Parts: sequence; structure tokens; C-alpha cells
Amino acid sequence: MSATISLPGTRAGSTLLSVGSYRPARILTNDEVAGPIDSSDEWIRERSGIVTRHFAAADESVVDMALAAGSKAIAAAGIEPSSIDLVLVATVTHPYQTPSAAAELAHRIGATSAGALDVAAACAGFSYALGLADSLIRTGSSTHVLVVGVEKLSDFLDMHDRGSAFIFGDGAGAVVVGPSDVPGIGPVVWGADGGQKDAITMTQSWTEYRDAPGETYPTLVMQGQQVFRWAVGEIGKVCVRALEAAGVSADDLDAFVPHQANMRITDAIVRSLKLPEHVVIARDIETTGNTSAASIPLALDRLVETGQVSSGGLALFVGFGAGLAYSAQVVRLP
Amino acid sequence: MSQQILEGLAAIVNEVAGTPIADITPEKSFVDDLDIDSLSMVEVVMACEDKFGVSIPDGEVKNLSTVGDAVTYIEKAGVTA
Repeated sequence: MSATISLPGTRAGSTLLSVGSYRPARILTNDEVAGPIDSSDEWIRERSGIVTRHFAAADESVVDMALAAGSKAIAAAGIEPSSIDLVLVATVTHPYQTPSAAAELAHRIGATSAGALDVAAACAGFSYALGLADSLIRTGSSTHVLVVGVEKLSDFLDMHDRGSAFIFGDGAGAVVVGPSDVPGIGPVVWGADGGQKDAITMTQSWTEYRDAPGETYPTLVMQGQQVFRWAVGEIGKVCVRALEAAGVSADDLDAFVPHQANMRITDAIVRSLKLPEHVVIARDIETTGNTSAASIPLALDRLVETGQVSSGGLALFVGFGAGLAYSAQVVRLP
Repeated sequence: MSQQILEGLAAIVNEVAGTPIADITPEKSFVDDLDIDSLSMVEVVMACEDKFGVSIPDGEVKNLSTVGDAVTYIEKAGVTA
């Protein structure tokens, strides 16, 4: 008989050790984006709850932003970069097909012996990556995982598209996940509905663009009402499943940190969940816009920074977007 | 026109947009009179689907410009369902 394969010991759980974020310096008001889409500050506020968003500088890359957020998270966790053994970057706007943003980030941040990969699950990406990090730590495959959500959506927007130009922004958020005797990250509940893949997509694929270029290179395009209906109808149910999977009730929550898609979607989900009054609702979208995979860690960092939540409380994360992919879990706040 | 559906729809519009129930009459336009924008309309439609057990596809929603249009659609959809 051949030799048996041995496995590392499993762990009881993992937990968020820290959070860090990066918001680009340039702030765009609604008045600045309203012109090309023949809109107004009032209309944008009413439809989305967005007042301002950040856009990265032309020479500021996805990896630059991830580095800024990731460095803060590592410093706050009180560990050395070299003890990170896996770097997961949730993004859909790293403009290289290959190599990954994670590989470059791991090198630049000093996680020299870490595995590295990108997770392309759009607005659900951060929660997906967190689910992976938790599982890998529990199975003993990883010990300290840097999970970053980062987007430079401004590179993939048509500023004349009324359905998307005013919604999106740029930024990065990061957490360090490490082992814990008491589980600090609940089971992930995730899925995707590829039957609705055209609800949020690109105007062309790169190869279509090569063969028959449109007016601009491929940009994001979204069927707003279809996405709204799906999010309002399905995401509340996903949240309930994540709570049940973790064995906690809505009353046990201190905070609800949904992907910052649109304030109206957040309001509708909060209504459907009938969350108790004491649960703090993340509403970072107001000054950040929708930053896809970066929105949950950015919103989390805002809640922590402004003292709206305390370490040790429970929060529910839910991401949802292109795919149509969704992912949710209950976490203990860092 | 079904009074029961009208009352049910009025309760939904009141819940979604806070419009006083007395203002929600058949001739009123959702957009022009009741201040229901396209996103609120999606919420109204979804609540109607739940309450009346009918299906109102995205493509139909734009044809429902008044409260009366919606009541009539729900009545017909309910009969054929």
C-alpha cells in the first residue's frame, strides 16, 4: 500500500483581527456627475442616497489602493506582513487579465511566503473571499489571511450612461483573519444565478471589442429595475439563511453591513428583515457610492472608526451583484 | 373594478411610499400624482405579487400607469392564474 496523505489539525474557528480602508483623495459631487446624464443632485439623492463618491487618480492602481488599506489592517492586527500566508483580493476592476492583483499586492506588502489569488464575484466578492478565508483557517491550510475588497470602477464607467454613471465609486477595504478558539465568522451562505448574467455586465467582451470596437472600450452596464427586484426579493432571504446557519437571531445583531448597492435597496432589505431598532445599519454609500467588492469593508471601517459599533459585537454581512452572485455570513466585530 | 383589490393596493402604496390611503384612487397616476418612482413601483409590484398571488413581469410594469390600470391587471391576472 502507498503512503497515506496526512492533514494538518483543524481549528474551532477564525475571526476578524482588524480592518483598514483607503478612500482616494478626489471627491466627486452629484453636480459633477449629473451633467453628462442630464440629471440633478436631487434626482441622484432620491434614487440612490448618494451625495458624494471618491474617484482614484489616473495613476493610482487597484493594487496601490489595496496596499494602502491592507497595510493599515496588518498594522492594526499587530502582526508582521511576513506572517500573512494567504492574500485574497476581491475585485473585478484590476485591468490585467493576468497576473493577479493579489500576487502583486502580496509582494509589495511583504507577505513574501503567502499564496495569492483574486476572487471575481463582483459586489459579493468580499463576502465570498471572507468565506474562503474562514474555511482555509479552520481546515488548517492557512493561519493569517489578508482579505481585501478593492475597486477602481471609474475606469470602467461610461459617464454618459444614466443607469450607472452616478452610482459607482473607487476605494479599498481590508481585514486580517486569524485563528480563534471561539468562532468569529459564521458559515457562509452563497450562490449565483447565471440565468441573470446580463443584468449587470460589460457592454462588450474584450474579444468583441477587438473585432468590432464600440465607441468606448468595454464599460459596466446594469438593468437597474431587474437588479432592484432581485435584490429586494431575494437578499432578505439570504440574510435569514445566514443568521440561521450561525444560530443567531436578528435580536443578537449589533450591526447590519450590506453591500452598499443603493440606499433604497438597503432600506427595502432592512424593512423585509424587520431588524430591531438597536441594530446599526451601515449607510456608507452616502459619501462613498457603490464600490462593489470594497463596499462592505469600507462600510465596516467607517462604523468602527466613528465608534458606532464596539469590538466583540455581532454583525451580518451580505454581498450581492453581478452574476447574479450573493454571499452572506455573521461575524464578530474586530 | 374590484374594491377589494383597490383597497389592498392602496394599503401597499401607503406602506411603500407613505401616501395617505384616501389619495389612492383609480384615476391617479403612480408617477405624476402619487410620487411613486420606478424603484418604488418595483416594490409595489412585488408586494402585489405576494398579496394577490399574481405574476407581474418587468415588461408589464411600464403599462401600469394609473392605480386603475394596476387593479384591472391584477383582476385579469388573478382570473387566468
